[in-house]
Amino acid sequence: MESKKKEQAVVISQQQVAEGIYDMWIETSLAAQARAGQFISVYTQDKSALLPRPISICETDKEKGELRIVYRVAGKGTKEFSNYQKGSRIDILGVLGNGFPIAAADKKHALLIGGGIGIPPMLQLAKELGNAASRDIVVGYRNQELFLAEELAKYAAVHIATDDGSAGIKGTVMEAIAAQQLTADVIFACGPMPMLRAVKAYAQKQGISAYISLEERMACGVGACLGCVVKTREIDHHSHVKNARICTDGPVYFAQDVEI
Amino acid sequence: MEINTKINIAGVILKNPVMTASGTFGSGMEYAEFVDLNGLGAVVTKGVANVPWEGNPTPRIQETYGGMLNAIGLQNPGIDVFIQRDIPFLKQFDTKIIVNVCGRSIADYVEVAEKLGDQPVDLLEINVSCPNVSHGGIAFGQNPDNLFEITKEIKAKAKQPIIMKLSPNVTDIAEMAKAAEAAGSDALSLINTITGMKIDIHKRTFALANKTGGLSGPAIKPIAVRMVYQAAKAVQIPIIGMGGIANGEDAVEFMLAGASAVAVGAMNFVNPYTTQEVAAGIVEYMKRYNIADINEIIGTVC
Repeated sequence: MESKKKEQAVVISQQQVAEGIYDMWIETSLAAQARAGQFISVYTQDKSALLPRPISICETDKEKGELRIVYRVAGKGTKEFSNYQKGSRIDILGVLGNGFPIAAADKKHALLIGGGIGIPPMLQLAKELGNAASRDIVVGYRNQELFLAEELAKYAAVHIATDDGSAGIKGTVMEAIAAQQLTADVIFACGPMPMLRAVKAYAQKQGISAYISLEERMACGVGACLGCVVKTREIDHHSHVKNARICTDGPVYFAQDVEI
Repeated sequence: MEINTKINIAGVILKNPVMTASGTFGSGMEYAEFVDLNGLGAVVTKGVANVPWEGNPTPRIQETYGGMLNAIGLQNPGIDVFIQRDIPFLKQFDTKIIVNVCGRSIADYVEVAEKLGDQPVDLLEINVSCPNVSHGGIAFGQNPDNLFEITKEIKAKAKQPIIMKLSPNVTDIAEMAKAAEAAGSDALSLINTITGMKIDIHKRTFALANKTGGLSGPAIKPIAVRMVYQAAKAVQIPIIGMGGIANGEDAVEFMLAGASAVAVGAMNFVNPYTTQEVAAGIVEYMKRYNIADINEIIGTVC
């Protein structure tokens, strides 16, 4: 059985890939068990910033024992991470969360939808789907800084939407899906809440199974503090109220099971 | 050198003074992956009420400088599920079980205490100091007369010794400590979190959905040490000290101020191994200063 642990990882490389977006490979034993849709918590060196930052897994290289995170600088913690260089040591906790249910796509056509900093987990997901499912990838960016788009294109046709129209269609990922007349048997999505709400509504209307990855402010990351809950349709098996812990029961949920 | 780390809280002997602060450790299940629970003096559970509570909307957590705010709102599965699931889990370990009890009315607290009466639970910690629920909780813990009343009622019905958990959000902690002692509380724990607020200047709104939350972490440690000192001066019953404890040295500081035991709270989130490191750090301190019995240091800075 896989177990969670806190360990020190070593930065292999880091580069900026778009404004405020950084791409970091780290060497860690956790790479061996990490799956698409799971995340790690990264601790700051700045001891005034106590809580670890949950960051989704973009890609793993199990043979080399390396794991990749692509993240946005959102505050002082991620700002610190962006200054790390090859050889920097970082404390991480992982592997956390449930990940995407790959089996749900078996022999089906999958639509992978990523918005902004929700795009990175789609890369590992596309890799893990392998030959099990045909797929299209729809990604939404702010502008023409299309981080990860070329790599995603190795695994499927990539359809792009941008807020400013500087690449792909101008508009949202949902508008890109409509414009391209894309269809699917199953949807996997990660992105900002308005996008996830639109995905959920679309999936419900079309009768498509959708799995969405949520985020919330977290403290422990391991299910103890009950900080990062989402409202659920039914009584949750663990909490016995209509609240599930995103860090442990999620972050990926069957869209119709959560109230977002 | 033979070292004794055993301490006595209301007749319950703990193998060492280290416990978990309620709400930061669940019922131990999640942290058992990191920490050997057999190495802890006691596990103090997340607060449990007579019925399931949904808690507050999110965001429930915000980081602050050297600390954090939480406004979970005492989400819990209710005492019946807790008795079926959490107590049997904890019974697997050689550690004492302290159940934190919460409620909206005195009757709620009494109902939980009575249901726990025939359970293999060592002590009850009574939460009259949660700042994040609108009814009950802190309302009982900010006025000495109310505190006396609820303590007396619960003490009359509880089978196990009770520990009143005090709020720091009061003018005179010594007065509160005395009220709880006079009403029959067997021990005290303090401090609960300090009411705080954070504003998101970009969105121009409250950072927590509950507007206010409880501040914890190393940022509050000096306040906690001061209050433990003041309470210890005021009462004879044992005190469990907590507030930002991160290592053995912090624990010793609380014990010198008058705490018989300590609890690790927010720092569990920062380092899941904190509890066992605190226990080891206390032993290290004892060896360094040739202290044979940890009880020797309790309240010696006075």
